[in-house]
Amino acid sequence: MLSSLRSGVQGLWRASSRAIQTTANLQHDSLFVHRDTPEDNPSIPFEFTPENKKRAEALLAIYPEGHKRGAMIPLLDLAQRQNGGWLPISAMHKVAELLNLPRMRVYEVATFYTMFIRRPIGKYHVQVCTTTPCWLRGSDAVLNAIKEATGCEVGGNSPCGKFSVSEVECLGACVNAPMIQVNDDYYEDLTVEDTKEIIDKLKRDEKPKPGPRYISRQILIYEFNILYLVTRS
Amino acid sequence: MAGALARIIQGSKSHLGIIGPLATVNNGSVRFQQTESTKTKFGPLADSDRIFTNLYGRHDWRLKGALRRGDWYMTKEIMLKGTDWIVNELKTSGLRGRGGAGFPTGMKWSFMNKPSDGRPKYLVVNADEGEPGTCKDREIMRHDPHKLVEGCLIAGKAMGAQAAYIYIRGEFYNEASNLQVAIAEAYQAGLIGKNACGSGYDFDVFVHRGAGAYICGEETALIESIEGKQGKPRLKPPFPADVGLFGCPTTVNNVETIAVAPTICRRGGKWFASFGRPRNSGTKLFNISGHVNTPCTVEEEMSIPLKELIERHAGGVTGGWDNLLAIIPGGSSTPLIPKDVCETVLMDFDGLVAAQTSLGTAAIIVMDKSTDIVKAIARLIMFYKHESCGQCTPCREGVSWMNKIIYRFVDGNASPKEIDMLWEISKQIEGHTICALGDGAAWPVQGLIRHFRPELERRMADYAARHGPSRAERLY
Repeated sequence: MLSSLRSGVQGLWRASSRAIQTTANLQHDSLFVHRDTPEDNPSIPFEFTPENKKRAEALLAIYPEGHKRGAMIPLLDLAQRQNGGWLPISAMHKVAELLNLPRMRVYEVATFYTMFIRRPIGKYHVQVCTTTPCWLRGSDAVLNAIKEATGCEVGGNSPCGKFSVSEVECLGACVNAPMIQVNDDYYEDLTVEDTKEIIDKLKRDEKPKPGPRYISRQILIYEFNILYLVTRS
Repeated sequence: MAGALARIIQGSKSHLGIIGPLATVNNGSVRFQQTESTKTKFGPLADSDRIFTNLYGRHDWRLKGALRRGDWYMTKEIMLKGTDWIVNELKTSGLRGRGGAGFPTGMKWSFMNKPSDGRPKYLVVNADEGEPGTCKDREIMRHDPHKLVEGCLIAGKAMGAQAAYIYIRGEFYNEASNLQVAIAEAYQAGLIGKNACGSGYDFDVFVHRGAGAYICGEETALIESIEGKQGKPRLKPPFPADVGLFGCPTTVNNVETIAVAPTICRRGGKWFASFGRPRNSGTKLFNISGHVNTPCTVEEEMSIPLKELIERHAGGVTGGWDNLLAIIPGGSSTPLIPKDVCETVLMDFDGLVAAQTSLGTAAIIVMDKSTDIVKAIARLIMFYKHESCGQCTPCREGVSWMNKIIYRFVDGNASPKEIDMLWEISKQIEGHTICALGDGAAWPVQGLIRHFRPELERRMADYAARHGPSRAERLY
């Protein structure tokens, strides 16, 4: 009898036990802390190129004296662009040095914003919006098509190293849903076929035409109709 | 971020701080210099009354095209009429902020005209458009950037600001580059910069790109972000009009609010006030997304009936109006409304408040009967969970809890008693956080429970029939 009581209590305890702390850093899609890896460690030097140094000066110029720290986000973005789309820790150190700030202040910012990617990623960063307006119009199918075509899992790199796929929150093109962003360009009004075509082109390192697909389809239909009328007459 | 200020409008007077004595805040009615009108039919908007004449990018967006469309016309004369004239014209127009909260713009600008204490003043334009469903500012920035630049100059003059910072979300790279080109053109033509438009006023416009954080659409978080810090909202007061960007008086306005200001000054506040119902006047950009035949962004008169808006511009709901399930009328933060409410509701601030929801950014998300409504709301809560900055405990932990619970609701793996628990959690988050993100996360859930409780209960009964009582049922 005692043993059955014990198992009952245990069962109840197991059922009611749950993690009390569910803070953001346990649930975030990327690691908050830095871990030294061969590709990303503080001993790898980072220096802005001469062109980017000029850009950095131009960025610093728009903030008033004494508030040069404002240039932190643009500078980190510049460093990330120079480094092929991701932000190594040595670049953060460089930005801290430029702004004359403790490194911690840069780490804070680099971990807070989702556009700073602190792991090596592929040449094409494919971001798929899956928030409700896109989801309503079939973003799940688009995401699956991308996963299939690239061989990536969400949050990972493709085996060929060319692609990285992320699932992101609303990218602000809701009337052109579903949509994806590849590096800086938006591809909108997608169907599964369009998505496959875009990925195929990227695989061959061609640049697909950015923007909405729906309009180009409409134009195609329109041109087809004209052609049809011309040939019939 | 829509609804960033919404709580201020809906909340008690004590929230208002310095604004309190100036604004009469009872159920969203704010003091306006407007008389009641007897207009009963709203919309469709005539082409000659459109403010954004290049919304779809069919014409040249650069300076030459903008001049042809009437931008930068008589800007010098408007500026020479002086601060009071501009602010008064805005007050007459009854323009309410277009970023979600709907605070009267003329009044907001007039807060900046206190005697100067030597600090510079700044105008900050909130182009961090991230509210799911909303994509109006993007169209302005890529297709009509000169409207925004001219608006910055006029707004800057009205509040005596020396510079404007346009905070544009980082993902909008091409939009930011269009805007940058437009600013460079305006500098070259002497329209901004030293002696802007020949009016003797010096004014700079800068673009600051963000880096992907929805919370930076909240005005104080946005200020923090421009200062190069984490985008965590500040406690108010002090309000940005006292201590804002770089410690100086600042006004934060939405892109659309700023972009309509020059046209209001040119055509007169009375013209703008002639659209829509009193206290909800003007024209507005509506985004219609989701299950409609032709999703679109369209400029329409305020107070247009929701049904007419969808049928006229978006080609109707897929499968016909009777196939409609529910609509989120103002971006993800606003509670949804079911079909029977959608039949009659008018798209303006007061009309939607009466329907227990809010105009927000006027981003209409349409859901037809094929939609898994619980999943749709659950996905929104996931969005808020992802975007919570983690500063206030109710939002950080509470939204995670809501997310966990509501994803169980999707399958029905929950107890009907948990519906009330979820309601309780959402009420505990709402109003207990520094900014309005917590409120924005709580409202969609409240809307779901308010209108779709039978659906939730049905799913739970189904689940129980298939799998036996859920774990939650056994526990509670």
